[in-house]
Amino acid sequence: MGQFGIGQPVRRKEDVRLLTGKGQYTDDVNFDGQTWAAFVRSPQAHAKILSIDTSAAKAAPGVVGVFTGTDMKADGVGTLITDVEFKDLAGKDMFRPKRDFMTIDRVRFVGEIVAVVLANTQAQAKAAAELVMVDYDGLPAVGSTAFAASPDSPVIWEEHGSNVGIHWENRPEAEIDVHMAKAKTRVTVDIVNNRVVPNPMEPRCAVSKWENGELTMYAPTQGGRRIQQGIAKIVMNLPADKVRIISPDVGGGFGIRGKLYPELGVVAWAARKIDRPVKWRGDRSETFVSDYHGRDQINHAELGLDANGRVVALKVRTIVNCGAYFAENGPRLPINGGGRIIPGVYDIENFYFSVRPVLSNTVPTDTYRGAGRPEANFLMERLMDAAADATGLARDEIRRRNVIKPEQFPYRTQMGMLIDSGDFIGNMDMAMKAADWAGFDARRAESAKRGKLRGIGLSNFVEPSGGRPTEEMRIAVSPEGKATVYAGTHSHGQGHETVWAQLLESFLGIPFENVTLVQGDTKIMPKEAAGTFGSRSSWMGGVGLQRSAKRIVEKGTKIAANLMQSEPEKVSFDAGVFRAGTSSVTLAEVAKASYEPKNLPDGMEPGLDESYFLKRDPEEFNYPNGTHVIEVEVDPDLGKIEMLNYIAVDDCGKVLNPFIVHGQVYGGVAQGIGQAMTEMTVYDDEGQLVTGSFMDYGMPRAEHLSMIDALFNEVPCKTNDLGVKGAGEAGACGAPGAFVSAVCDALKGYGIRHIDMPMTPDRVWATIQKAKAGKAA
Amino acid sequence: MLINVNMTINGKAVSGQVEARTLLVEFIRDHQRLTGTHVGCDTTQCGCCTVHVDGKAVKSCTMLAVQATGKSVITIEGLAQADGTLHPVQEAFREHHGLQCGFCTPGMVMMGVDICRRHPNADEHTVRQELEGNICRCTGYQGIVEAIMDASAKMAGGKA
Repeated sequence: MGQFGIGQPVRRKEDVRLLTGKGQYTDDVNFDGQTWAAFVRSPQAHAKILSIDTSAAKAAPGVVGVFTGTDMKADGVGTLITDVEFKDLAGKDMFRPKRDFMTIDRVRFVGEIVAVVLANTQAQAKAAAELVMVDYDGLPAVGSTAFAASPDSPVIWEEHGSNVGIHWENRPEAEIDVHMAKAKTRVTVDIVNNRVVPNPMEPRCAVSKWENGELTMYAPTQGGRRIQQGIAKIVMNLPADKVRIISPDVGGGFGIRGKLYPELGVVAWAARKIDRPVKWRGDRSETFVSDYHGRDQINHAELGLDANGRVVALKVRTIVNCGAYFAENGPRLPINGGGRIIPGVYDIENFYFSVRPVLSNTVPTDTYRGAGRPEANFLMERLMDAAADATGLARDEIRRRNVIKPEQFPYRTQMGMLIDSGDFIGNMDMAMKAADWAGFDARRAESAKRGKLRGIGLSNFVEPSGGRPTEEMRIAVSPEGKATVYAGTHSHGQGHETVWAQLLESFLGIPFENVTLVQGDTKIMPKEAAGTFGSRSSWMGGVGLQRSAKRIVEKGTKIAANLMQSEPEKVSFDAGVFRAGTSSVTLAEVAKASYEPKNLPDGMEPGLDESYFLKRDPEEFNYPNGTHVIEVEVDPDLGKIEMLNYIAVDDCGKVLNPFIVHGQVYGGVAQGIGQAMTEMTVYDDEGQLVTGSFMDYGMPRAEHLSMIDALFNEVPCKTNDLGVKGAGEAGACGAPGAFVSAVCDALKGYGIRHIDMPMTPDRVWATIQKAKAGKAA
Repeated sequence: MLINVNMTINGKAVSGQVEARTLLVEFIRDHQRLTGTHVGCDTTQCGCCTVHVDGKAVKSCTMLAVQATGKSVITIEGLAQADGTLHPVQEAFREHHGLQCGFCTPGMVMMGVDICRRHPNADEHTVRQELEGNICRCTGYQGIVEAIMDASAKMAGGKA
């Protein structure tokens, strides 16, 4: 394969544009005559709205309009509701509260939209928003996850009578208690999986215009098709083709940018309402109180082991804090997203799993890099460390005894997932060797001489990838032999402009530089475009392109046969050239000919333009997996942790571009380390978000991280033609478990076996002090 | 009341009338429509808006447009040569995968140039410390740190 083919570390096509300031993000787009939107957001976490007085705001300079949820409702605008439906074991449905685009008589979290002001300038809109007088009647609020689940907690949705949306269980608990009772060793862990604020670097924004009965809106999304459909149906009451969503360059996604947020509905609706373009430029403070948050679980789990250190039973109870409303995927994350992979890389036959999604006076939570899988893997790895302690086995040995072995694939998990392939022992061997695990004691002794506590930790993980089960990709070859990919996927940092061009060079022999990517515009993207999330693009987009390319070759073969006065059966295709006997024509020549009807077999449409609608079994995923090892040093006097060394062994299946996949690993690991080390979302008892800016919220910075050595243990996926597995979320799955394991290893002299994330200096120091005091006493 | 401002941006003399509160970044983005410079926060933390003012890296969200009167401002659009040849720091970002979504990138590159000028042959520790005021959510900083170290060595070696 040439230097731009599959598997090559090709440098990115998109980079020159983005490095020279020529990227085009939503905020770079302006429409003539646009107004500016400013949202009036609730400063209270929980309150009844007694009245909203917009008169002063309406009279303010430059103001074009002030609207509330009542105005939207009067226009027939509907409500948002979660996609998720679950039943408990008794057959009772999950509670599904409806959300207005702007709340009308009640606020349920700080930052919830109460009104919107439209004015000629942004400054005028913001100033007038301050003049909207909302009379709130405060109610007791629920800021914490544990409190939300407590019977003593105030209830946020009276019509449901409880903050618990459902008590979902995979099976009756008694079925597993029988097995647990036979265990020789039983260990339990209690874990808080901390809430994080995803924070893509581009704050959310939108600009819309209403023209000739059609709405056009620019907004950063992860693929706009579903948003287009939602806006058309729920907000505008229009056919979907009258709504156009364009997501040009997008400054990061991480799972949370693909949603139909209330702001998008308001900006769309308002443009038609005032018949002028509307622009909203969210600032970072709004990001914090309106972008969906991630994680936020409390887990209690018990593992039973036999005399050989083999797991005989596992029980997990999860509370997930879904915020004030169940977002699109909210309760799905612990159940379908992560929970059903909770046994992880381990062969565990008897598994009880209970989830209680709770409502609270906080920002709703939804998909964030990994979307349930980092939580699930973290939980399993903490259990394995606890099991190592309890059995006296080494941390790697307890894992070796329990992982799914190569001969067990395809392996059907207790939750029904079919893992096609993996080399879990191989991952561990490779990572431990690269990390020089065997030589760790000498390094620990060296650190100790400097007064530092050194620790090493490892974490295994596996995560179902693939997201929604459909995608459409199209390839159009021009008469000049150049190709345009019309993608249903959406790149917002993943480098598709580069990788799709590599694929076309490989499949069709079209030179890398002659491939252009079109994406992110609902008017021209494929009809069945789904988008990019859930580590799905290499599979759904890559295989979709492969099948489209196959169609190009099939059609091209017939045209080539005509041109070469041969039969299609005698024509072969390789590296951009069709051959029959001694004759040959290039794909470019065939493309040119395809636009001239005289060259075409009877009945053939002109052009060389093919798409493929890829549909897979919704229960079929691929299973990226790996082992990550990290070494840290803790300063016991300061509680400060320094990351020294990180080995990531990932099985992402066939790697299409190692340069780009490495980048995905580094970024995922950084988000995992961020969650484990620095990122703490704090709500106080009144439901106020204390960490509402980059001043207060600990984003991981360059100084927090070390270099990451990313290695591949490539086991091709058996369920797709390219052999690819996902890569985008793996790092976030592997990092937290390895990090916490390493820190606890460093602190084992104090008897410290767990500290909840994030392991901030304050927390680590306080835990050390407490342990020391306990010893003294 | 509007105030006259005059400065050079990327070598070109520009002027305009701004409100006293207009930030330099607003003047650059909204008045001059140079949209390569980005705004990623409202608390001077993220560094997406970093430009050079009289040769030094400055967060343009934290300086008033009027304060830039008479000064020379370089934005990301003015970094490459006129023929399109990338600056060594831009080239190194491309070579080391120092960017993914590209949003923090202009600020990172402008900061990177500043670091390279002040720290020939910068080591990893120095680069990580110097990037304290620039946040990236995509790359884990790995490619960014490698790129700045590489560019710093090349610039010190007189190759650029």
